[in-house]
Amino acid sequence: MSRVLGHTWALTVIRMRLAMRNRAFLFFSLITPLAFLFGYGAISKRFGPGAMPYLLAMVLALTVMGSFWGLSVQLVTFREQGILRRFRVTPVGASAMLASSLISNYFLTLPTIAIEFYISRSLFHMAGLGNLLSVFILVTIGTVTFASLGLIVASVTNTMQETQIINQIIWFAFLFISGATIPFPKLPAMLQSVAVFLPATYLVSGLQRAMVDHTNVTELGAYLASLIGCALIAFVVAAQLFRWEPETKATRKAKLWAAAAVIPFLMLGAWETFNGDLRRHAMKDLQSIQEPYSLERIEH
Amino acid sequence: MLSGATIEVINLTKRYGDVEALRGVSFAVNEGEVFGLLGPNGAGKTSTVEILEGLRTPDSGSVSVCGLDPQTSGAEFKYVIGASLQATALPDKMRVREALDLFGSFYPQRRSTQELLGRFGLEEKRNAFYSQLSGGQKQRLALAMALVNNPRVVFLDEPTAGLDPQVRREIYDIVEELKKEKKTILLTTHYIEEAEKLCDRVAIVDHGKVIALGTPRELKQRSGAVTRITVRMARPETNGALGKLEGVTECRTEADDYLLYSTRVPRTIVALVKHLEEQNNELVSLDIAAPSLEDIFLELTGRRLRD
Repeated sequence: MSRVLGHTWALTVIRMRLAMRNRAFLFFSLITPLAFLFGYGAISKRFGPGAMPYLLAMVLALTVMGSFWGLSVQLVTFREQGILRRFRVTPVGASAMLASSLISNYFLTLPTIAIEFYISRSLFHMAGLGNLLSVFILVTIGTVTFASLGLIVASVTNTMQETQIINQIIWFAFLFISGATIPFPKLPAMLQSVAVFLPATYLVSGLQRAMVDHTNVTELGAYLASLIGCALIAFVVAAQLFRWEPETKATRKAKLWAAAAVIPFLMLGAWETFNGDLRRHAMKDLQSIQEPYSLERIEH
Repeated sequence: MLSGATIEVINLTKRYGDVEALRGVSFAVNEGEVFGLLGPNGAGKTSTVEILEGLRTPDSGSVSVCGLDPQTSGAEFKYVIGASLQATALPDKMRVREALDLFGSFYPQRRSTQELLGRFGLEEKRNAFYSQLSGGQKQRLALAMALVNNPRVVFLDEPTAGLDPQVRREIYDIVEELKKEKKTILLTTHYIEEAEKLCDRVAIVDHGKVIALGTPRELKQRSGAVTRITVRMARPETNGALGKLEGVTECRTEADDYLLYSTRVPRTIVALVKHLEEQNNELVSLDIAAPSLEDIFLELTGRRLRD
């Protein structure tokens, strides 16, 4: 066991270094969320003084969801270029390789989260910090969950091109129908009923409740349990499907296994459809944002 | 493991779709021996090595390395082997020093990065990215990585493929040194000189089978000991008289050269000179070569290695 931990840590350290040297990674995991933050921050005043925590929650969710791309995709490149084979003749196992993707990604995400808080406070005069413990736990679990989902995609796709296409499709769903860019209550009813089955929706809602209502972590139990369940299933399935060799292809059966990772959110989504808990909270949190002052009023 | 050999390969077969890559390969390598698998591309050398490294599973047959089964022995097996794969690739932005540190950290016992950098002439490149290295430097790094755990058995798959002659000689020196350290080495190559120079014993592999096995000297002796005499003359010969000279068993032409295969070299030379005088022809060059593994390969398969 300590051997596996040692290998995981050594891989984590080197993969963090490699990621920091990769411009594309920095762009997607640091520049993109910060661009959203500055965009939202710039318009926050128009939505009244209390809007910033709500908007920051959206940016935090975007940042965490970015783990979906993160270091999981790096594994596909490693496999395609024959880098993984070299590791295979060493004592390193698949689980150390996969776990290092999650851990290095987590350590690289935390500073971005801290920077986002700092900018919101100093530049955009956000009052308060929300419930920091809840935020921290949601960020931690969310990062692992989305990185695990990335691992699943990496393990069922055969080429980088395939990975990119599937990731794009899922990413856009996460981005636009989770409430991370368009507030959930503003989505058309049809999209809302789809959104309640997406892990991203619960991440956004959880973060908004933590930021706006200072919701305690215990009240977010169902969200967290679903995120953890999803992460666990995704990790185990990814470890089972892990391939070292570029020429070994993912089988159809393997692709079906990957679908198991959505089970926790099918259950949570079904429950939500009848219960409407998430909708109520989303409506309430949205009220922290006031309608924009009309131009006329500003001129006078 | 009955023979006590360090590496044992028994009757391996492997098929990829319609292609029979291995059709019953068997050999054994003793402790401290440098053993070469010599053959053209696609002969089954890499498949054999990758089965021994645990990267592939055979369809039938069995292998053992230091008494361990590569498929089931796990970390214990990984500790005793070192490997330089046919195409070792590392992330572009990984530094030389980092690669040695990282791979070293996977083993309970390891050689220091500093020692390896010095020994493989990578001291100056310690902070260079992998992508900034030349082909020879990459290969030296691959060898250093193969030795990072001070393994008992080293697999070198085409260690000099695609390198220029000078770099190739550097790699030879490294292998010679390993030999002095009594490492057991299995190397694959399609370069004759490499097999002759480095290997204690050679298995010639073709179409998934071992077609000859022995020390380079044994193989040559077994081949009927024909010596090749390469002759170039001022005017080309047309009537095939060269093939009828004393001692000549076979005559071939290759560009402007005539290759005479002789069992009685001094007699053949005398006859050749006489013949040229009679024809009023002049000798431009003459080269006498003891049979090489290339000739043996040609004899066994009817093809040249580098075709």
